[in-house]
Amino acid sequence: MTVVESPAVRLTVDGRAITAAPGQLLIAACEQAGVYIPHFCYHPRMRSVGMCRMCLVEVDTGRGPALQPSCMLPVSEGMVVETASDAAARAQDGVLEFLLLNHPLDCPVCDKGGECPLQDQTMAYGPGESRFTEEKRHFAKPIPISDLILLDRERCILCDRCTRFADEVAGEPLIGFQDRGSHTQVNTFPEAPFDSYFSGNTVQICPVGALTARPYRFKARPWDISETISTYPNAMGDRVSVHASRNQILRLQGVDSEAVNHGWLSDRDRFSFEAVHSPNRLREPMLRDESSGEMQAVSWSSALSLAAAAIREAVDAHGASSVAILGGAGLCAEDQYAWVKLVKGIVGTDNVDARMGDGLWADLLCALPRASVADACHPGGAVLLISGDLREEFGTLYLRLRHALLNDDVALVELTPLETSLSSLASVSLRARPGDTALLTEAMLSPQRGESVAGVPTKALAAVASMLKRRPLTVLLGRTSLAESPAAVERAAILLARKFPQARFLPLLRRGGTVGALDVGMAPGLLPGRVTLASASDWYRSAWGAAPEARGLGTEEVLQAAAAGKIKTLVLLGADPVVDFPYSRLASEGLSAVSTLISVDLFNTASVRRADIVLPAAGFGEREGTHVNVEGRATAVTAQVTPPGVARRDWQIAAELARLLGGDLGISSPRDAWEELARLSPLHSGASWEALRTDLDGVLLQAPPPADGEPLRPEALRLADLEPPEAAVVPFDGYSFRLVADRTVYDGGTVVGNCPSLAAKARPGRLRLNVADYERLGVGGDGAVVVTSSAGSLVATAKPDDRVPPAVAALAQNTAGGDPRLLLSPGDAVCEVRIEAASLT
Amino acid sequence: MARLSEANVRLALEIIGRYPRPRSALIPVLHIAQAQDGYVSSDAMRHVAELVGTTPSEVLSTCSFYEMFKRSRPGAYQLNICRGISCFLRGADDLIERATERLGIPLGGTAPHCPVSLEAVECVAACTEAPCAQVNYRYFGPLGASELDELIDGLEAGRLAELPPHGVLSTVLQSPSPDRLAGPSMPEDSGPPAWWERRQERETGKEAG
Amino acid sequence: MARFERRKPTPAEGLEDLIVTSRRHSPDGHTLEGYLRSGGYEAIRLALGRSPADVIAEVKAASLLGRGGAGFPAGVKWGFCPPGVWPRYLVVNGDESEPGTYKDRLLMETDPHQLLEGCLIAAYAVGASQCFLYVRGEMALAQERLATALNEAYAAGFVGRDICGSDFCLDIVLHPGAGAYIVGEETALIESLEGKRGMPRLKPPYFPAAIGLYGLPTIVNNVETLSNLPFIVTHGAEAFAARGAPPSAGTRVFAVSGHVRNPGVFEVPFGVTTFREIIYDDRYAGGMMGEAPLKAFIPGGASAPWFFPEHLDLPLDKAKVDAAGSMLGSGAIVVMDETTDIPRACHNLVRFFARESCGKCTPCREGTTWLEQVLERILAGRGSRSDLDMLADICENISPGLRWPPRMTTICPLGPSAVSPISSALERFRSEFEARIPVRKTLAVKAAALR
Ligand SMILES: Cc1cc2nc3c(=O)[nH]c(=O)nc-3n(C[C@H](O)[C@H](O)[C@H](O)COP(=O)(O)O)c2cc1C
Ligand code: SF4
Ligand code: FES
Repeated sequence: MTVVESPAVRLTVDGRAITAAPGQLLIAACEQAGVYIPHFCYHPRMRSVGMCRMCLVEVDTGRGPALQPSCMLPVSEGMVVETASDAAARAQDGVLEFLLLNHPLDCPVCDKGGECPLQDQTMAYGPGESRFTEEKRHFAKPIPISDLILLDRERCILCDRCTRFADEVAGEPLIGFQDRGSHTQVNTFPEAPFDSYFSGNTVQICPVGALTARPYRFKARPWDISETISTYPNAMGDRVSVHASRNQILRLQGVDSEAVNHGWLSDRDRFSFEAVHSPNRLREPMLRDESSGEMQAVSWSSALSLAAAAIREAVDAHGASSVAILGGAGLCAEDQYAWVKLVKGIVGTDNVDARMGDGLWADLLCALPRASVADACHPGGAVLLISGDLREEFGTLYLRLRHALLNDDVALVELTPLETSLSSLASVSLRARPGDTALLTEAMLSPQRGESVAGVPTKALAAVASMLKRRPLTVLLGRTSLAESPAAVERAAILLARKFPQARFLPLLRRGGTVGALDVGMAPGLLPGRVTLASASDWYRSAWGAAPEARGLGTEEVLQAAAAGKIKTLVLLGADPVVDFPYSRLASEGLSAVSTLISVDLFNTASVRRADIVLPAAGFGEREGTHVNVEGRATAVTAQVTPPGVARRDWQIAAELARLLGGDLGISSPRDAWEELARLSPLHSGASWEALRTDLDGVLLQAPPPADGEPLRPEALRLADLEPPEAAVVPFDGYSFRLVADRTVYDGGTVVGNCPSLAAKARPGRLRLNVADYERLGVGGDGAVVVTSSAGSLVATAKPDDRVPPAVAALAQNTAGGDPRLLLSPGDAVCEVRIEAASLT
Repeated sequence: MARLSEANVRLALEIIGRYPRPRSALIPVLHIAQAQDGYVSSDAMRHVAELVGTTPSEVLSTCSFYEMFKRSRPGAYQLNICRGISCFLRGADDLIERATERLGIPLGGTAPHCPVSLEAVECVAACTEAPCAQVNYRYFGPLGASELDELIDGLEAGRLAELPPHGVLSTVLQSPSPDRLAGPSMPEDSGPPAWWERRQERETGKEAG
Repeated sequence: MARFERRKPTPAEGLEDLIVTSRRHSPDGHTLEGYLRSGGYEAIRLALGRSPADVIAEVKAASLLGRGGAGFPAGVKWGFCPPGVWPRYLVVNGDESEPGTYKDRLLMETDPHQLLEGCLIAAYAVGASQCFLYVRGEMALAQERLATALNEAYAAGFVGRDICGSDFCLDIVLHPGAGAYIVGEETALIESLEGKRGMPRLKPPYFPAAIGLYGLPTIVNNVETLSNLPFIVTHGAEAFAARGAPPSAGTRVFAVSGHVRNPGVFEVPFGVTTFREIIYDDRYAGGMMGEAPLKAFIPGGASAPWFFPEHLDLPLDKAKVDAAGSMLGSGAIVVMDETTDIPRACHNLVRFFARESCGKCTPCREGTTWLEQVLERILAGRGSRSDLDMLADICENISPGLRWPPRMTTICPLGPSAVSPISSALERFRSEFEARIPVRKTLAVKAAALR
């Protein structure tokens, strides 16, 4: 039988002929055709349950009209639908009256008042006044169901949205219906709160004011709020709607972008707006007083001219390579471009790196065929996961992939050192010991003899190999751990790409715009458009007037050079190497050794505290531009509020410095910057400023094939030009443990730390050990252990954890539970540690 | 108050093993918890969640849907007087009133000095013996005033010792010997049963022959 | 002590006419020995000698209408399993909770092996590889009898692997419920069997035969339906049909309760015996309990619209009762005499549905409770005249058109079932409700209007 593309279904809605996709739900088909059907329980991203009965319409499929819930009914050919007939209207009126019986009429003090579907639909469809004279149902008024969320059961209309979200979408059925009939309530198990990284979504999808989030409660009335669509600057580039009033951001809501986040947000991001208005924000430029060492506020003009002078002096005395710029991952693409143009085109140094030493080989990421999230979730595909736990690091990607694994026949193969939150849904989980990723990849790609390779059974490897042959492959490529050289992962990627030329790669670098930064050349040896300095310097030299002569230094090399006295002026663009760079000692030494340290930042971070010149920048919600996510998708970022104090936008700072250095960026707005970028970089050329502002899904950046007669553009990096790096294989000795330095959502990071609601959730990290290992070590009741590596040692609290395989020890980075970086030394392929129970003396 | 005893865990695991999905055994396993303690405690729900592989919240969600599961300890005897339509027509309301007076407790209550908890329940499928009642899910009826008094006297005096304690339903458990079991039929086994296939083959063979 | 005795057989219950209750009064009818002595487990041997398709054809020919309530032909339902989708499950609905209904418990307690044999036959016919026997939680004795019977049958090779020495295998799992009427609805039963709250699924698409337990084809049949199968296989479709008036073929078991002299459970030819006979005949319920004549009766369980004296001569026939605007439902006849306080009876029934609503659909969850509250207020003498119209109007919003079978704004018929007693009672006995409404209130309103 040949597969025939199924034709559109034709049906009649309110007398009008419409078409719909086969299998589409009637309610969605109507909405698409501009006919709105009132509903409460239906949510396009969740399974229909047909509970509220609000969406009843009259449907005739040839056997006479009958009331049917349009949220449960797929369209069928010839269906005749009346959405507003007497019978349908009466049913809808009736349902509304029933819903309002027990619903408190406290709209004036309800957070949802003014934006409440129940209120709106009562106005539009409702009976007007209540005939209900009995006593309403009573429950204790709002009860906390977690640190962040409160539940008012009297307002709840039992639509099953929050509970379905928890179960179906987040996979954490911690809230549910309890009791029965008219006593039904939503609640948690006693003393088992709804602790989910995604709990805020339930507040967003609650159609009434039953669920409220502490960070927003009673802050504003909906009618005071202005609302703009923007992009949250995380790795996924989640689309958000920013709600602000009186120059304050009050709330973020997920926007349903088909390509990106499907409306969801992680709590970490949703509630991070608190940081925007934190009292700890930097408000004015500051300068270190030579004699006292104290910071003093100064004017922008003196701060900037001192900064420009420091740069100029370094260049004059020691050459452009004595200047370096680290960071920039958190900026908009326009800001990044402005800085790249300043540094590479005007200052003339190539010592630029947006990665903090925790990324991957920039050239490789630019050269690998890029996957989209949709590729990873494509029905029938296979996903190879080489990274940390998505749930901890890439919240909405985790939700999307989870959905695809459960519903769309996507097969997951994990190549991770620890069990992850997706392991239970994986087809195969290969537990790769730190350092063995490349080894296992090679073993997977060619038939193996023997029982096992690096502790992994050959059978499992063979199963993976055969699956990858049958299914289109997407590789999610990130760092599994800081305590492991990236070479193993990079080598694995090239081997995979060579074996499977159709495979696509989604680079998972955690810091928001890192991948987008690489796209505009924010790394040594690169220029805007995923092109190398070698191939494109002429092109940019003719556009900018200058370009670096030679490939510069990456973050680790910059810090080494700085420690050796070779970097005189170092600019940190929202970067905090003291906390983020894997080798803390090197970071400290480097920052101390430079003559002038300039920090452009939002907060007084550990690195900012060492700066000589501090320039306050505008952050999320305060700047306009474009965000580029890990897929290379560009989406609009909009400004709702003004920056605190006299803080400025990053591109402005760059433009001003350029002027003081005797140059001209030629950029007087983000739009200028984007348009210049789109003109020069073929990769960016397909995305017009307007298109970015109208398309919810933004534009996936792709270089179009060169048109005839066009000037020859620089060619993008090709995989064929790259050689797989050697990945040292460290023999496993069986005596020591291998360290995994991973990530957790609520860590000691700046954003979490400056959001009161989130900071409370940060917990000290524990040294997680396999249960058997834990028991064998004879750890005392307080769990205290001493962990020692060749680089140093630390005291931590150990805890048994089944998700950790034997002979591996895991400790999250950047928490109060101990800094795993103390154990790392540059250049080591893996970090082997000894663990001893600390004596209680 | 308690998790399941070792013997009950064994029993629970045996029951869970009969189903294609562990969660399907939730209600039978909650009955084991109720038989053990006379009610379903929070600890038991946590334990049951572990056994069937779900969250305590989901266990509570299911548990609280069903009338029979008590979440606080009732008396040794759960006296349920039927108030379904057939019993109602034959005087159930009077019977209920008499029981509340005799026991000195409201419906849903447990008498402080006596081992009885009283409830009025919907039809218990003994309509032809109306009005009737159940004590620990054993039937009594038809009950006139004097029979009710006699029943309550008996309960108070502990004269109905042959009644199993609250929570114990069947005193006989299904316990097939393992070598007789066909085993659960897993949703993943996407083919028909072996015997079915053989028979289909035989049928088609017959037709052809 | 009042632990009740079952009534001795009446002459009418001549054993030769009985199909499913023939062992009811035999002291050891529930044991394997007793069952084997009276021809037990012969039917499954016969069935195994025939092809599954043959067995389905026989059951279809017998016109065995489902005895759980809806009365759908069992053989036809079995044919709805989508071809090529496996495994298939068989689920026995032994949740009997409809007020007035008492027959499945009797069959499970007194003839458990007959039910097990019925399960074997049905599973063989449809190709089911596992059977779940869902028994109402409150029926401890039925569970005990079935557990014992299963243990005996497993040991004797009638259930489990290699049944009767053939290659046919079937595990039957005894599954107690825990008290929820709605779980009798087949899709709710399946949810419950998956360890969830017993909330019905919407049909379509969730017709169990296509998408049932674990999303797989599942045949749900009532205890009485299945208990008929051994007879049909042994004696053939014709002998079965001959007992009734096809398509109401065979016999049906009715429980007659309420204001009758001899409340009882009677197996009678289906479609032949009339209501008058079963209520008044001495062989059955023996007439009214006291002096008062019959006022109304419920012909098929609490959900069914009521019948009145003029309906007495209708035969107990599915089509005729349906045509008269009610249903035989679960085989429960509840008789009310002239002394019956209709508003209270009505309240009793509505309260049942309000209490048993699963809470999924807004109209049922909120509407039935509201109906109960309004009736309660009327009974307490705090009603107003407009309440009666409002009751009817609330009913309309749950079940538009107030007809039987109901149109529904809900997922399952439970919500609309609460409407039956109200519309029956209001239509016939409106004055009894009006009599409960204090006059003063109306006057006071009028007085206020005059001022
Ligand atoms: C609210 C409701 C309650 C029901 N309760 C029962 C019941 O207790 N026992 C039963 O066999 N069927 C009950 N049914 C009918 C079942 O849904 C189903 O039709 C029946 O089990 C099918 O078996 P049958 O075809 O053998 O009759 C109920 C239906 C509804 C809507
Ligand atoms: S009608 Fe009532 S019982 Fe049936 S599904 Fe809806 S709420 Fe549940
Ligand atoms: S939206 Fe269809 S029933 Fe709720």
